[in-house]
This record gives sequence, C-alpha cells and structure tokens, in this order.
Amino acid sequence: MDFQDSASEAEVRADARAWLAANLPDAEARRSMGYGVADEAAALALAKTWQARKADAGWACMHWPAQYGGRGASPIERLIFEEEERRAGAPTGFFEIGLGMAGPTLQAYASEEQKASLLPRMLRGQDVWCQLFSEPAAGSDLAALRMRAVRDGDDWVLTGQKTWTSGAHYADYGIIVARSDPSLPKHRGLTFFFVDMRSPGITTRQIRQITGPADFDDVFFDEVRVADSQRLGAVGAGWQVALTTLMNERLSLGDVARPGYEELVARLRMSEIGGRPALEQADIAARVTDWHVRSRGVAFTRARIITALSRGQEPGPEASILKLASTAMFQEIADFATGLEDQGGVLLAEDRQAGVADFQFAYLFSPSFRVAGGTDQILRNIIAERVLGLPPEPRVDKDVPFNS
Amino acid sequence: MDFGFSDEQIALRDQARRVLTARDALGAARRVTEAGLDHDAALWGEIRALGWPAITIPERHGGLGLGPVDLCVVAEELGRSLAPTPFATNLYLAAEALMLDGASEAAARWLPLLAAGEASGTVAIAEGRGELTPEALATRIDGTRIDGVKVAAPDGLAADFALVLARDAAAGGASLALVELGGKGVCRQPEATIDPSRGHAELRFAGAPCTVLGRAGDGWGLWNRLRDRAAVPFAFEAIGGAQACLEAAIGWARERHTFGRPIGSYQAIKHTLADMFVAIELARSNAYYAAWALSVDAPQLTGAAASARIAATDAFWLAARENLQIHGGLGFTHESDCHLFYRRAKLLAVNLGGPRFWRARLAGEIMAGRAELER
Ligand SMILES: Cc1cc2nc3c(=O)[nH]c(=O)nc-3n(C[C@H](O)[C@H](O)[C@H](O)COP(=O)(O)OP(=O)(O)OC[C@H]3O[C@@H](n4cnc5c(N)ncnc54)[C@H](O)[C@@H]3O)c2cc1C
Repeated sequence: MDFQDSASEAEVRADARAWLAANLPDAEARRSMGYGVADEAAALALAKTWQARKADAGWACMHWPAQYGGRGASPIERLIFEEEERRAGAPTGFFEIGLGMAGPTLQAYASEEQKASLLPRMLRGQDVWCQLFSEPAAGSDLAALRMRAVRDGDDWVLTGQKTWTSGAHYADYGIIVARSDPSLPKHRGLTFFFVDMRSPGITTRQIRQITGPADFDDVFFDEVRVADSQRLGAVGAGWQVALTTLMNERLSLGDVARPGYEELVARLRMSEIGGRPALEQADIAARVTDWHVRSRGVAFTRARIITALSRGQEPGPEASILKLASTAMFQEIADFATGLEDQGGVLLAEDRQAGVADFQFAYLFSPSFRVAGGTDQILRNIIAERVLGLPPEPRVDKDVPFNS
Repeated sequence: MDFGFSDEQIALRDQARRVLTARDALGAARRVTEAGLDHDAALWGEIRALGWPAITIPERHGGLGLGPVDLCVVAEELGRSLAPTPFATNLYLAAEALMLDGASEAAARWLPLLAAGEASGTVAIAEGRGELTPEALATRIDGTRIDGVKVAAPDGLAADFALVLARDAAAGGASLALVELGGKGVCRQPEATIDPSRGHAELRFAGAPCTVLGRAGDGWGLWNRLRDRAAVPFAFEAIGGAQACLEAAIGWARERHTFGRPIGSYQAIKHTLADMFVAIELARSNAYYAAWALSVDAPQLTGAAASARIAATDAFWLAARENLQIHGGLGFTHESDCHLFYRRAKLLAVNLGGPRFWRARLAGEIMAGRAELER
C-alpha cells in the first residue's frame, strides 16, 4: 500500500510540472479558450494550438501507442499528468469525446490504414470528433434508435435524426450507430460507422442550453452516403461496438468538474460569516466534511483503479461508481456555495469565464452531468444488475423484432 | 503509487476469511449475545493460536512486527464476521497505547503478554452519556492513586489492565494512567449495551494504584493520537460489516418474491443496494488512504483517519439499516442476523467518540490546511 510516487513517477511529475509551468498559456488566454465563451471559433482555434503544443512535447494522450502519437505511458503516468494539468488549471474541452471515446473505439475496430491516418490528427487536435448516439426517442434506451442505414453497393445510406450531439457544429468526424436491420430485435439490428461531418446531406442545428450557449446540436441525416470501409465492427454488431465506446466513456477517468470541493474550501478558508470563520460554524463544517470525505473517496477510488490497471488487472466494479458519486456532489456544492452568498447569490456575470460567478454557472451547468453519459438512474441500474447481480427489469421489447 | 493490498496481504485476508467462516464467528456473536457472555472463548483461543494478536507488536516485544495495513486486512474480516473477541480492544487500543510510549516499563511488561494472547487490556475513557471534555473529566489521579467511575470500557471484565484517562492536578491537565484491574481499589461490573456481542464494563476506582503513561499532563493529547490510530482498523471493521450487510441484502433480494417478481428486480430495492455499494466503495478508498497514512506516519494522518472513520461508520449505518429494511418483518426478528449488524454499526459509530467529534476534528484539519493531497 503506497500512495506516494515512486522515484520514476516523481520524475514524470516533476517533468510535467516544469513543462506546464513553462508552456501553459496565461490566465487570460486560458479563459478565452474555455467552454461557453462568446467567440467559440476563436476558442477552438486557441484550444487546437494548445493541443498541438502538448502533442509536440509528447504529453497529449501519452498512454497511446507511439505510432499514433503517444508514448505508451503507463496508466499511472497518465494520471500524474492529468493531476498536474488540473493543478495548473490547464484548459480542457473540445477534444474529450474524440480522445476519450472515438479514439479507443477506432483503436479497437478500425483498419491499420485508418488508424494511421486518423489517430495522429485526432491526438494533435487537428480533427475534432463527436458522438452521434442519442436520438429524440433513444437516450437511456439507446438501442431504441431509429437512424436507418441501408446498404447500397459499397456504400451505406443513412437517414434520420440524432440529437444532443455535443460539438457537432464544429466537429470534423463523428462516430454513429444506426439501424441496419429493423426486422431483428432492437440490440441485434445495429451497425456502427464513422462519418465525415462534411458529407453531403448532413445538417446541424445548434440547441441552446440552460446555461445560455449552444454546445450541442440536432443533427439531420438526409440520405448521407458512408463507405462500407467506414464501418466499425461487423454488420449487426453495432451494439457491442457502442458498448466499447461507452465503457471508455466511464473509464476515461477525466476531470471531476470544477468548481467543486477544492474551490469551495479555498473560498471558505478565507471567509467569515456573521463575524466568525466560516469553517468553524457547525452547519457549514458538517456539509464540508461530508464533501471532503466523498471527494477524497472519489480521488482514492481512481487511485485504486489506476493501480489495478498498472498491475495488469481489469479495474474492479469500483470503477462504476465514479460518475455517480462525483456529479451529485458537484450539484450539491454549487447549490450550497451560491446559497451562502445570501441575496447576492442570485447574481450572474456577463462573462462566464470571468471567475466571479463560478458557482452560479456551476449551479446552472450541474444538472447536465447527472443526465449526459448515463443518467443517475441508469447508472444505479447498471451497478445493481451488472455489478451486484440483481435480476434485470422486465423488458417487454427485448426479444421482439424492432419493427413489430 | 501502488494503492492496494499486496499479494501477501490478500493471502492473509483469504486465510482470515476462511478461518472465521469455518469457526462460524457470526454464530459465535449470536451465542455471546444470547448467553450474555463477555466474548467467545473458543474463537478467541483460535485467533490466539493463529498468532494474530502479535501482528503489529514489535519483534523486540515478542510480536510479529507487521504493519498497520496487515492489521487492517484482518480487521475487515473480523468486522465482516462480527467476531466476538477482545482482539480489537487489545490490539487497536491497549497495545497501540503502549506502543505510542514504547520505551516505558509498562510496554516492556505488557506488550509481550498481549502478543502472546496471555493478557488483555482495555481503555477507560467515558464517564457517562454525552461528549467528554477535558474540563468535565471527573476521574482523578492523586500521585500514584486513582479515583473515579468509568463506563462502557470495552472488554473491561476480562481485561488485566486498563488505560484510564483522568484529571491530574499535579501535572496541570489530564493523564493516561495504567491501572491493574486485579488489584485492590478496583471494582467492576458488566453493563448492558446496544451490542451485547461485545462485552463492556463499568470500572470503579477507589484509591487504586496507577502509573502514568507517557508525559504526565499530556493524557488528552495521547488519547487523541491513540484514537486517530485506532480509528483506522475500526474503519476497516465497519467496512467489513457493511459489506456483509450488502451481501446478505443482495441474497435476500434475489430470493424473496412479491407480486410475482424477485424484490431485487424492483428499482426501489436495486437503487438502495447500488447506493450501499457506492458508499462502501468510497469508504474503502478512504480507509486505504488512512491505512497508508498510518503505515508511514504521514502528517495527514488525523484528517485521513477522520475521513475513513466518517465514511466507514456512515456506510455501515446505511448498509445495516437498509439490510434490515430489505428483509422486511423477518429483519426485525431476533432470529435473523440483521440486528447483529445493526447493533454493531452503532457500537462502531460511537466507540472512539461520536460522529460530531470526528466531524469537528476533520473540519479543524481542513481549516488548518493539513488535509491537503499535496504530492
Ligand atoms: C450536456 C449534454 C451533452 C450530451 N452530449 C451527447 C453527445 O455528445 N452524444 C450523444 O449521443 N448524446 C449526448 N447527450 C445525450 C445523453 O446521453 C442523453 O440525454 C442521456 O442518455 C439521457 O437520455 P434522454 O435525454 O433521452 O432521457 P431519457 O432516457 O428519456 O430519460 C428521462 C428520465 O427517465 C429516467 N429513466 C430512463 N430509463 C429509465 C429506467 N430504465 N429506469 C429508471 N429511470 C429511467 C432517466 O434517468 C431520466 O431521469 C448529451 C446530453 C447532455 C445533457
């Protein structure tokens, strides 16, 4: 049992820290490339420059194989760099869906040629990828999707609608699941592809969120031709491929959203309420200690997962709890921190990145984390059924032809 | 970083689980509860024969000199099986206190006996209902004599000595003093508690001879350092207990049918079980960190121990009450095991100070900036 860096890990950490200190864009530039700023195109351009700089120095996706631009780093080394990025306040965003979900799916299913041409570009931030899974009638129940894929010679023709697709309006590529055989039961008639988002017949329409900006889109496919060579996995095996993607989504050990526990404590340590230090007040201390224990629990659970991976084991069932545990806390903390500001807690700021109303924006943003990428309820179902082995829900539509 | 049990520790855990299952430790807890015993002598004999009481005691005092993580591995299994023995009191508390002051004569005398399982110790802190403060301490040391009444001393009936927290006017504070319980001036009697699977006693001292442990006047500080350390293996016991509740509840949820379906197929049950699982895993992760902090005496130990304590006792409370709930009417019967865990959950939530104390202790560490994860 050792929580400390080994000598070689400490070296990686020191390297990462030094490189970030020397290369991190200044605070102003970091703000202008954050999510939700007014000028999205400018932010994306800045983020691409930063991603390329990381790639040049060998820090981008350092756990990927060298031939795709990584350096075959261990899970622990990857965690160390991510910790240092977070500590330094390095920008994230724009590339997570590509690097965290599309990348691993391509690595598992694409041809060598495709991997050699697509993965290095993805890693450098040259291409942005999106995930075209959800539809108006298929979210939690993803296998109920209706997007049609009809074989036509060497091509497939895709028609239908996707929705809630983050970044579709600026993405270069997307991964997509479509129904290739409606006469089969719902999980069996699906096929998985990647598509060029500039293909004729694709239109995107931005959807405005409760936070103001429009980060996600409706995406309409009107007889879009996709080469059969862009199919990932066998015809009819789309569900298995999608599960690979989703597994990586839950495994991409990514950030706990900010501002969260650390930011709350930093603020409370400086605050007095009613003339007394905030943290000395029992009601505040009770809440804060609760979040302390939970946020540390999440961080240490991540350390257990990384340890399992680096011992060459599959992560145990504990991996399934990270998202459920951290997103609820993010929302609770935002609610609490804004409430502490009393009547002033209602005030938003013009500029989301200005740093004066972070918890207010978090309050507005936080519900999305409990929905996207598996809702709280679905995650509890998954834990109960797959991890704890409880009997499945009765499913009336499981074994009947989709079009019946 | 290598944040998990080693292969040897996993082997130790498996051995512990095998033995405690084969010896039906849970059945022993029921027997002790029903017969009003202090502990289960046969099981305690078995544990002594296996050498577990020597685990953390240094070799120069006749122990095995293993680390706190090894102790935690065993603690989790003892908690899972509710093993009714003085192991925890002896090792996490009595031996640990003597080791905090390892140079003392008392350590040289008692540690080898504790390691061999030939003697037992207890700690006597509480004096009644309510949070004890240094000001409220009524037990008094006068030179080498002690007077006062202590309650809820764990395994106090079987113990050969007690470490007693008392006001020490001469030293200008409180001291922790060792009192031999077989001698004169000591009167003890069993107490009824919420968890009868573990014996507790009232100890009355009337001019009993005592020796101060550590620096006179530093008793309160010593007790706080001691409970930081003891909180870690006790957190593992709570996690073991919570895990046993989760497994029992899952078993019943798959077996019991209502309205033509197993109750485990209803989301109200499923989601409760998922919440238990999440709470237990978060607690386990906190406990790992505390075990590591204890093993290297990290400056974050107090915060880490408090976090592990809070997470583990909360998880056990959740798991124990929902396990009982999921068992329905059966869960409320004496015949089911649910209540044994429900009882133990309360004991482990208050035995080193209640939830309020630990939250305040953690808040103090957070405020002082000592609970950071800086690497
Ligand atoms: C910010 C954001 C970004 C997103 N980005 C993407 C993206 O890039 N690509 C993409 O494909 N999708 C994306 N999504 C979509 C997201 O994956 C879905 O919203 C999510 O899976 C839920 O599906 P739904 O919206 O259809 O809700 P529904 O599935 O209709 O759920 C509605 C409610 O019913 C509950 N519910 C549903 N089924 C059950 C059940 N069996 N048991 C108990 N309760 C149940 C849910 O938990 C929820 O509370 C994004 C969503 C958000 C909010």
